Amino acid sequence: MKVLVTIKRVIDYSVKVRVKRDGSGIDFSGVKMSLNPFDEIAVEEAIRQKEKGKASEIVVVSIGEKDCQETLRAALALGADRAIHVKTSLETQPLGVAKVLKVLVEREKPELVILGKQAIDDDCNQTGQMLSALLNWPQGTFVSKLEVMKDKIRVVREVDGGLETLDMPLPAIVTTDLRLNEPRYATLPNIMKAKQKPLEEISAISLNVDLTPHLKTLHVKEPPKRKAGVKVKTVDELLDKLQKEAKVF
Amino acid sequence: MALLLIAEHTQNTLTPGTLATLTAAQSFSMPIHMVLFGKDCQKVAEKARSFKNVKKVLKVENPLLEHMVAEVATPTLMELAKDYDYILASSSTYGKNLLPRLAALLNVAQISDVVEIQGKDIFLRPIYAGNALAMVKSEDAIKILTIRATAFEKALPDLSKAAIETYAFKPPMGAVSTFVKMEESRSERPELTAASTVVSGGRGFQSKEKFALLEELADVLGAAIGASRAAVDAGFVPNDFQVGQTGKIVAPDLYIAIGISGAIQHLAGMKDSKVIVAINKDPEAPIFQVADYGLVGDLFVLLPELITKAKEILRRNKEKQ
Ligand SMILES: Cc1cc2nc3c(=O)[nH]c(=O)nc-3n(C[C@H](O)[C@H](O)[C@H](O)COP(=O)(O)OP(=O)(O)OC[C@H]3O[C@@H](n4cnc5c(N)ncnc54)[C@H](O)[C@@H]3O)c2cc1C
Repeated sequence: MKVLVTIKRVIDYSVKVRVKRDGSGIDFSGVKMSLNPFDEIAVEEAIRQKEKGKASEIVVVSIGEKDCQETLRAALALGADRAIHVKTSLETQPLGVAKVLKVLVEREKPELVILGKQAIDDDCNQTGQMLSALLNWPQGTFVSKLEVMKDKIRVVREVDGGLETLDMPLPAIVTTDLRLNEPRYATLPNIMKAKQKPLEEISAISLNVDLTPHLKTLHVKEPPKRKAGVKVKTVDELLDKLQKEAKVF
Repeated sequence: MALLLIAEHTQNTLTPGTLATLTAAQSFSMPIHMVLFGKDCQKVAEKARSFKNVKKVLKVENPLLEHMVAEVATPTLMELAKDYDYILASSSTYGKNLLPRLAALLNVAQISDVVEIQGKDIFLRPIYAGNALAMVKSEDAIKILTIRATAFEKALPDLSKAAIETYAFKPPMGAVSTFVKMEESRSERPELTAASTVVSGGRGFQSKEKFALLEELADVLGAAIGASRAAVDAGFVPNDFQVGQTGKIVAPDLYIAIGISGAIQHLAGMKDSKVIVAINKDPEAPIFQVADYGLVGDLFVLLPELITKAKEILRRNKEKQ
């Protein structure tokens, strides 16, 4: 089973992002960039399926500027076999990305595509569902357990009311949730080896896909700040304030 | 001009998220048509018909729809979608699972987690775990929005009685997922995203057994229980208790965070709560930066005291009435 995994380069999850003063967007200067954590989980899952003998080849794909290649190398260092970089300088939005992925899926013919359930920059949570719809393949979103069976997969989904189990015929789309696995760290020898692994660069234009953003960001601002609170010394003081000041008791 | 609201329900009632979505929908001042998917939706349709601006309730009923599988509902929704300028659903796992499919097939963008409607095509939405708010303009003819429930009041019913109609189910073509089972995390407590008080615990509780202490506090306060990712990962509580960027978003009147450090991802899910209380033994924990009232100390000492004294106050308050 060939597996395609999608990769997005985002500001590292531990960075407190800053909004640019002129409200035009987020300040990227000097900020640490990383592999989107949910995509990291997706890569890890593909590797585990390969280690179990269920997956044959793992292809990772990223769409964006040249520096995506660094993030693709990180995925190769974790254990992916091959990378594809679809180069564009346009802002990537879920719909355009899903269209590019559709073309790549038709070319690569994977049986399973694993995506992160959301990217922690735009927090959209859309691309997997969009790709599934465009391909007319079954979708399993927010997955915390994936079992590859003979000609189907069984997934457990984290939904609002609990855990839902679905059986999905292949080929299929899966999006990862946090508890699917705990990603490994790349070892130094694997980081070295990753430099030799194949990385193909394709221009988005050559794929004939319309990547024009449908949403225009007019303005970005900081959310209203909470005013600083107080420290109380005792439980009694806390309860007193909750009754008299906050009146929530 | 008309608006389609895809209503999530429990067979009997509309979910709180759907009621908040209704309020968002009402702000467009146009006729709202609500569509209900399920095996039998008559009971909930009776309730759905009585809201301001709701002009029609469409039931799509089929045994295949007992459990929502996104691929199964998509063709019917595509039939319907063509007639609307706006399509809305709550930003719950239900809405998130379904709506992007429609957007892709209609070749339009989806605007996720809308917290403010600023015009007919301009919306405010959080990005970067709510550390920034983006004002976006849709360039599409059909606007597809998921609504963040905490940002809108829950709509209240009125005396109107919209028509209830049956809309034909269109079966899917091609392979689809099949529902196997649902493990519901049942609870007698209020629903996390709708509760007026939430008590949340983190890794500081150390074990599932000790986490039970938090249940006592929840019982006293009539609160829902939430948790940090670390507490869920450690198996103290089920997955759907997670509050945060990638879990549930809550905004109760009172949020009490105990043994939670206050990572950005956790704050993203609770910082719009009215009053925030934090109990943590580390005076430098970031949770104190958003807490209205912070109490520094060992939770295993403070929590039992808080439970006893809160119980006492509530007992006295009751006697006074
Ligand atoms: C992609 C991604 C998504 C994420 N999404 C979420 C999310 O949705 N929700 C979420 O919560 N997290 C999320 N996280 C995880 C987040 O970054 C933190 O790791 C997590 O919130 C930490 O949980 P915690 O506060 O319980 O644990 P810790 O950070 O370990 O904090 C435990 C706290 O307990 C205190 N403590 C310990 N013992 C005691 C005691 N006896 N008495 C009092 N205090 C005590 C400590 O001082 C400490 O502050 C996400 C992370 C990533 C990468």
